Amino acid sequence: MAFESLTDKFSAIFKKIRGQSRLTEKNMDDMLKEVRIALLEADVNFKVVKEFTENIKQKAIGEQVYLKLNPSQMVVKIVHDELESLLGSGESEIKYQRNKPTVIMLVGLQGSGKTTSAGKLGYLMKNKLNKKVLFAACDVYRPAAIDQLSQIANQLNIDIYQKGTNYNPVDIAKEAKNKAFNEHYDVLIVDTAGRLQIDEPLMEELNKMQSSIEPDEILLLVDAMSGQDAINVAKTFNQKLKLSGIIMSKLDGDARGGAALSIKHLTGIPIKFSGIGEKLTDLDIFHPDRMADRILGMGDVMSLVEKVQTEIDEKEARKAASKMMNGSFTLVDMLEQLKQVKKLGSLGGLMKMIPGMPNISEEQQQAAEREMKTFEAIMNSMTEEEKLHPEILKNSRKVRIAKGCGKTNADINRMLKKFEQSKEMMKRLQQYKKSGRIPPGMNGLSGF
Amino acid sequence: MGLIKFLKEKIFKKKEDVEKNEKYVKGMEKSRHNFASKLDTLSKSYKTVNAEYFESLEEILIEADVGVNLTLRIIDEVLEESKEKKISDPKQINELLVDKMFLSYATQGGNIVNEITFKEEGPTVLLVSGVNGVGKTTSIAKLAYRYINKGKKVMLCAADTFRAGAVEQLHIWADRLHCDFVCGEQNADPASVAYDGARKAIEKNIDLLIVDTAGRLQNKTNLMNELSKISRVLNKAIPGAPHESFLIIDATTGQNGVSQAKQFFDCSPLTGIVITKMDGTSKGGIILAIRDELGIPVRFIGLGEKMEDLEEFDLDKYLYGLCLGEEDEA
Repeated sequence: MAFESLTDKFSAIFKKIRGQSRLTEKNMDDMLKEVRIALLEADVNFKVVKEFTENIKQKAIGEQVYLKLNPSQMVVKIVHDELESLLGSGESEIKYQRNKPTVIMLVGLQGSGKTTSAGKLGYLMKNKLNKKVLFAACDVYRPAAIDQLSQIANQLNIDIYQKGTNYNPVDIAKEAKNKAFNEHYDVLIVDTAGRLQIDEPLMEELNKMQSSIEPDEILLLVDAMSGQDAINVAKTFNQKLKLSGIIMSKLDGDARGGAALSIKHLTGIPIKFSGIGEKLTDLDIFHPDRMADRILGMGDVMSLVEKVQTEIDEKEARKAASKMMNGSFTLVDMLEQLKQVKKLGSLGGLMKMIPGMPNISEEQQQAAEREMKTFEAIMNSMTEEEKLHPEILKNSRKVRIAKGCGKTNADINRMLKKFEQSKEMMKRLQQYKKSGRIPPGMNGLSGF
Repeated sequence: MGLIKFLKEKIFKKKEDVEKNEKYVKGMEKSRHNFASKLDTLSKSYKTVNAEYFESLEEILIEADVGVNLTLRIIDEVLEESKEKKISDPKQINELLVDKMFLSYATQGGNIVNEITFKEEGPTVLLVSGVNGVGKTTSIAKLAYRYINKGKKVMLCAADTFRAGAVEQLHIWADRLHCDFVCGEQNADPASVAYDGARKAIEKNIDLLIVDTAGRLQNKTNLMNELSKISRVLNKAIPGAPHESFLIIDATTGQNGVSQAKQFFDCSPLTGIVITKMDGTSKGGIILAIRDELGIPVRFIGLGEKMEDLEEFDLDKYLYGLCLGEEDEA
């Protein structure tokens, strides 16, 4: 996720001081310098960076970390707390109106992801919250912008109000609102054209639209890749329109997203959602506290748990778990598990959410993902009997399976070995569970 | 002679250029305004320079997204030279700073030809890539317009088969420009669409084939592999293609721009950058960092949403545009 590199940097810095029993003022300064560079490279606004490092220094002195025996942990805590307060506390969600449509206006620079986010919000509200949603296509400027929104609307089975490109956007919005009101829609999502914050006529248009439809939410799209100027964009949009929140888009890239972080700090506008992929399901509620953990390499267990809860079939999982525990774990179960894990998305994304595991390289992740695919292919070429009793697999069967799935005998042997290992691990786990201790070398990957 | 004076003389030497320059300068007015007025205010508030002055210079560069590493290096260079030559006048320091920025860009990588180099025979292929929402399709329309006006036969190929509305968007532009257009079906393999485009470009005796690709974040391995495949397939259809490969960068991009350039370069060696949305308040300093790290030159600069809003990138003018205000006040 976005803050990876920052995490890497911090852990390198903390590794440096971890060796020292006491923190001197000198190496505290070195560390702050590193923190400064890391934050600037993450596009955190330079004013925020200045304030941030100053605060950390003051707090470190105040807490007298120099005198403590384990100062690095203290500093980690201070940095963590500061980051968290920078990101704002608590989640901010959309407040829905009761007896009339909730009107949401999406605004931002060109290419910041308004139309895509409109689709994602539509999916979230229709499919997750059971709202009746209407889109209003008010981007009459960019070629094919309306096509884009109507294709998305089609995919989601959401109604769209459009008037083509020869129509005033303010009127379109107004008529859409009337339609939403008369036909009892719960939510109206107004997609507007991208514009520069210094483009007076277009900003004026937004102003008119705002007073005409009185939106409940005006959300500004901020690209996670934005640089230092993002704060000026947000400030101007906020002056003209009084924003109610931010959606941080493209957070699935490797940009560190520091700009959005500074916007929150300097304007006080909360970040409500984050875009985490190109699919219409890829929108997440923004969790500031979790993000701070992520920055510091503490993993994001909460998000993982939620992901697992929504994607994994609980009954299946419980069945597999109890089978594992009583030793009757078969290849059928392993295949089922693989499928469940696959539902959660990329292994890499998952690994990053688990604390203590941020150091897996891209290649390792891909190797593991490839292996999972290979195993699945092999198992799909096996008969039920073979899956339940893998011990009957002799050479001729293996040759047949290898042909069936386009893999080699060696792959099959590797899979069988892994299966045996998993089974062995389950047994050990069972024993340890009885004795109440955690087995050594429990490795999430080798056991799947 | 200060660089800025030199630039000014150079730029206003030719009368016919004046109008063009004015458009350029006007387009970038907002970008340069902040930068220039900050430099100016800064130089006025100090009689002689001190450590604090350099710190402020550093902040100005960082705020322009030039990046920490390059900024620290340039400031160090300025600091050293000012000590050596005993310069303490803030105005001279500022000139020195612009000199350094100029040199740092100009000496990195070879000579720069902005215009697309056309092949003697057969279609010249330009592959256009970038992350989502930087303005690939709009830039393609602008480039097509530019070369149609130069009498070239241009074909647009819509290999963005992923994003909703992308094909239509390019199609509308092709209609407006009255140029040839090739597309595949939604979700078709983009490489096959590109291949089709290349075949048709040969058939129809096209001079310039511009291939639009879907926006992709540079850390998505599969999508990046898809881009390499497009590049390979083009090469199969027309040996040597893509002859030009442009990365589109949004002027608002922060330090991630360097990572973008690196990863896209690995997929299909880039021959240039088009920096878009320079009519906003962003200074686009990231292009200096990209040039510094990878030597990729900026070829064109986008200054608006209309198809004529594309200019050749000119380092002199870019820095001149950024620093004009400072010199005027002098």
